[in-house]
Parts: sequence; structure tokens; C-alpha cells
Amino acid sequence: MFLAASLTGPDIPWSHLLPLLILLGSTCALLLLGSLVPTWPRIGNVVVTMTAAIASIIASIVDWNHLYWHKGDTFIADAIAIDRFSVFATIVICVAVAGSALLMSAYLSRTDSEGPELYALFMTAAIGAIVMVSANDLIVLFLGLETLSLSLYLMAASNRRREESQEAGLKYFVLGGFASAFLLYGIALVYGGAGKTSISGINTSLATYVSLHNTDGMLLVGIGLLMVGLAFKVSAAPFQVWTPDVYEGAPTPVTAFMASAGKVAAFAAMLRILTVALGSRADDWRPVVWALAILTVFVGSTMAVVQTNVKRMLSYSSISHAGFILVGVEAAGHMKGNGLNSSMTYLAIYTVLVLGSFAIVLALSGVNDSDTTLDDFKGLAKRRPALALAFSVLLFAQAGVPFTAGFVAKFGVIKSAVEVNSYAIAIAAMVAAVIGAYLYLRIVVSMWMEEPTSSDEIVVAAPVRWVIGLSVAATLIIGIFPGVLLNAAELVRFAPR
Amino acid sequence: MLSAIQPTSTWYLVIAAVLFGIGTLGVMVRRNPLVMFMCIELMLNAVNLTFVTLSKSMADINGQVAVFFVMVVAAAEVVVGLGIIVSIMRRRTGATADDLSALKG
Repeated sequence: MFLAASLTGPDIPWSHLLPLLILLGSTCALLLLGSLVPTWPRIGNVVVTMTAAIASIIASIVDWNHLYWHKGDTFIADAIAIDRFSVFATIVICVAVAGSALLMSAYLSRTDSEGPELYALFMTAAIGAIVMVSANDLIVLFLGLETLSLSLYLMAASNRRREESQEAGLKYFVLGGFASAFLLYGIALVYGGAGKTSISGINTSLATYVSLHNTDGMLLVGIGLLMVGLAFKVSAAPFQVWTPDVYEGAPTPVTAFMASAGKVAAFAAMLRILTVALGSRADDWRPVVWALAILTVFVGSTMAVVQTNVKRMLSYSSISHAGFILVGVEAAGHMKGNGLNSSMTYLAIYTVLVLGSFAIVLALSGVNDSDTTLDDFKGLAKRRPALALAFSVLLFAQAGVPFTAGFVAKFGVIKSAVEVNSYAIAIAAMVAAVIGAYLYLRIVVSMWMEEPTSSDEIVVAAPVRWVIGLSVAATLIIGIFPGVLLNAAELVRFAPR
Repeated sequence: MLSAIQPTSTWYLVIAAVLFGIGTLGVMVRRNPLVMFMCIELMLNAVNLTFVTLSKSMADINGQVAVFFVMVVAAAEVVVGLGIIVSIMRRRTGATADDLSALKG
């Protein structure tokens, strides 16, 4: 009684947490309905997931409009920061959930499996991702990361009939756990160096106090370990080895989700930790990001050239995209210019592109989800011209051809690097973009100029068609009228600290 | 004479670093998925020791709270990890990490 009277909890801003609450409620409802209602229709799963994702997007847009006048703040005893940065990332994550859930419904009806588990895992993963992007405490961030990762491990291993899926799950799990341990050790040492776990708290304590206990070494080692953990999660070279295996082995809708929402969450966490918590130590970590960025763009674009599996090619292309986003992170490390905004723009555009690209891979991948070699794409233009055209648009966009969204994205990060005088990294990124174009052109050439190897009819399920259509439309609209996205991304800011 | 030596917080930090190193080495050299997984748990526990030591030496409670969260995460990881390992082992008995090589390139 005494304790209950004297304890007062922190204020909880329920209205700002609506996206999380909606997703959590839907997860519980979906699992209960799926197991308790014997006649629960299969379509109900995807309907609930889509409703939750769209409701979260609407709640976030309302929050965005509210934050238009306020810069945002930290809540729940400094554990969560709700600012334009976190709301923007939340919207992108929910778009990824909606897109991958549509793909998943087509995938599940094809493999004739059912059950709400995978949809529930999509939503728990999204909860983890949203917690990650809005965490203002390293421990909360770690909890979000693990919520996301544990869901992803399971989803990667979820196709029990396909050995590759199991292998992907195990590889992802062991290496993911390994990287999480590094990240956590980094958090512990940064805590030792700065005396706080709160991200804004670390910022103030590093900016104000001169190291009294000679803890600078500990802080530097902590920053280094944090970077290793984060570089693994965003699949930056040399920590990218898991990515092609896991992306290839996982069910295609899950790959789409990992590549979109997973990457957004990891990059958002990286941006917040590096520029907010460790902003005053930018001179220490910026060279590391510089090296990671250059290595990643080149590894991603050159290794892709020798691949023969389209899913694997797209995973190397996702590595090279990660390199481009790192160029934006490096620019953000100069604490001026718009590196932050261009990175977030890139992530939003990349999410759209990757959902559409993997939707097309899913359309062709067959019942076993394994017909993804380059041979299976040969002569696609003769079999399904519309599909080939859509894939070509998305591939050109990934290569960064003007009048597509990909150009806006790549131009943005390179421009922000040039603005802060990081010329070397900007030139490296442009050269890598040219090398990378070979990969995309190779797929386009085999689609349009080679003879089909099989004449089976390709049946594209309606949800997959919607994802492809929306993704291509968004790619072209953003490419021709970039203002629609750039005006919003311009406003992305961290909460005042 | 030994009783005169008082362990300081540095000792614990060093022990934690050594444990973390053993865990890292274990993940890299061992080939049994279960043992690799145990090594990851060892790494997490090394971090816990670091957290408690730092928390004690800075007289700040946050580090000890963090340990509880890490324990919860480690427990959740066991559930997911063993699930994946068991479902693989059911398919191929006695598989080591080297046997899982369908994906490469």
C-alpha cells in the first residue's frame, strides 16, 4: 500500500503511441481470432493486417500534422522521442508492412499453407521497428531491435518445406545474435563512458562534462562496437556476408519486408545514435562511416555482377543501396546540410522500389518460391510484356535513371555529400552507381532480348498486381514530381534536446 | 597476503571483456549450432557483468535495470533459436553449421 501510494509513473502520451497500440492490438486480436474461431477465413488475416497498417499510417499522418508546429519531444521518462524523424520512419515502416502483407497473402495461398502467424510476425516486427526508430534510450532501442530481429529470424525460417529457408533462418539467427551482442557491449561501454543510457542524456553529458574518470578510451571502444553492430544490421560491407544468403533463402515476401522495414529501422537507429547521442564525437565516427560507405557501394555493385540468381542480385543491390544511404549518413555527420533528410528520402524511395521488385520476383518464383534464376527471367517480355515493363521501370529506378524515384534518391545523397565538401565519397558513389547499372541492365537485357526458356503461363495473383502497380506508379510520380516527397522529407528533424 | 588484494571494478570489467572474447571466439570456431548459440549467450552475460560493474562504480541504477532487460531478451532469443535449431535437426540429424551450405555465391 505504501509503495503504491508513493510511486508515480511517468506520463504516457497515448495519442502519440497510437501506431504501436494499433499494431499490438491487431496482433493479439489476429492470433486469438485465428486460433479460437474455427471458421476464421483465410482472407481475414490479410484484411486485419492491412487495416492495422493503414490505420497506423493515418494515425502517423495526423501526428505528423500535429508535429508540423511542434518539433516533438521526449516522453515516458525520456525513453521515447516522438519527432518528425520517428513519425516519418513509422509511416515508411507501415507502408512496408502493408506491401509485404499483400505479397504474403499471395505467397501463402500458392503454397497452400495458412494461419495468421506470419501476419502476426509482420506486425510484431513492425512494432520492434517503430520502437527502434523512436527510441530515445539505448536500452529501449535494443529492445526494439530484438523485437524486430526475433520476428525476422522466425519469418526467414518459416517455409518448412524448403531447406534453403531453414538454412537462411539459422544463419540469420546466429549472425544476428552475434551482432546484437556486439551492439549491446557497445551500449554498455558507451554507458560507462558517458554515464547515461538515454540518447539525449548522452548528448548533454558528452557535450558538457570533460571526462573526469578518464573514460574516453571506454567511450571510443563503445562507439566502435556500436558501429560494428549497426553496420551488420544495415548490411554494410565488410559485415554484409549474411545478406545474400538470407535474402535468397527467406520466403520472397519476407525478403521484401527485411529489405524495406528492416533497413529503415536499422538506418534510423544508426542516424539517431550517431548524430544525436554521439554528435559531439562526430570526428571520431565519421571516418568509419566514410570507409564503410565506400566499401559498401563497391562491394554491393561489383559482387552483384557475377550472380546468376535474381533474388541474390537484388540482395547485392540492396547492399549497394545501403552504401548510398551511408553516404547520406556521412553527410549528416557534418552536423550541417541535409544529410539526414536525404538519407530518409532515400530510405522511403528504396522501400517502394524494393517492394515492387520483390513482388515481381514473387510473381515468377513458382510454387516452391525457388524459380528465381536469371534463366527464369529470360524472354519475360514475350511471355508477360506488362510484367517485364514494370520490372524494367523498377530496375532503371534502382540504377538511378532520371525521371524515376531512384534518381531523386541517389541525387539527394550525393548532393548532400557535396554540400559538406565530401567530394571523394560523392565521386566514389557515382562511379559505383555506374558499375551497379550493369547488374540492372543485365536483367533487363535478358528479359527483352533473349528467348524464353519455358512457355508456362505466368499467373499473377491480384494482390501482387496491386503492389507492382502501386510501386511503379509511385516510382514514376516521385521521379517526375519529386516535390511530393522532398517537401515532407525537408521537415524531418530530431526532437530538440 | 592474498587477502590484502581488493578487487576493483577494473577487474570485473577485464573479466567481462575476457568472457566476451571467449564467446566471440567460440562463435567463430565452433561448428555445432547449439554451441555457437551458447557462446552468444556467454557474450550477452559478459555484457551484463559490464553493466552491473559500471552501474556500481558510477552509483547509477540504470545499468542494473538494463541487465533485467538483457536477460529477458536472452530468454526470448533461446525460445526462437532453439525453435529454429530443432526444426532443422528434425530434418537432418546431427547437422553442423558446415553442412548447411545450400546457399552460397
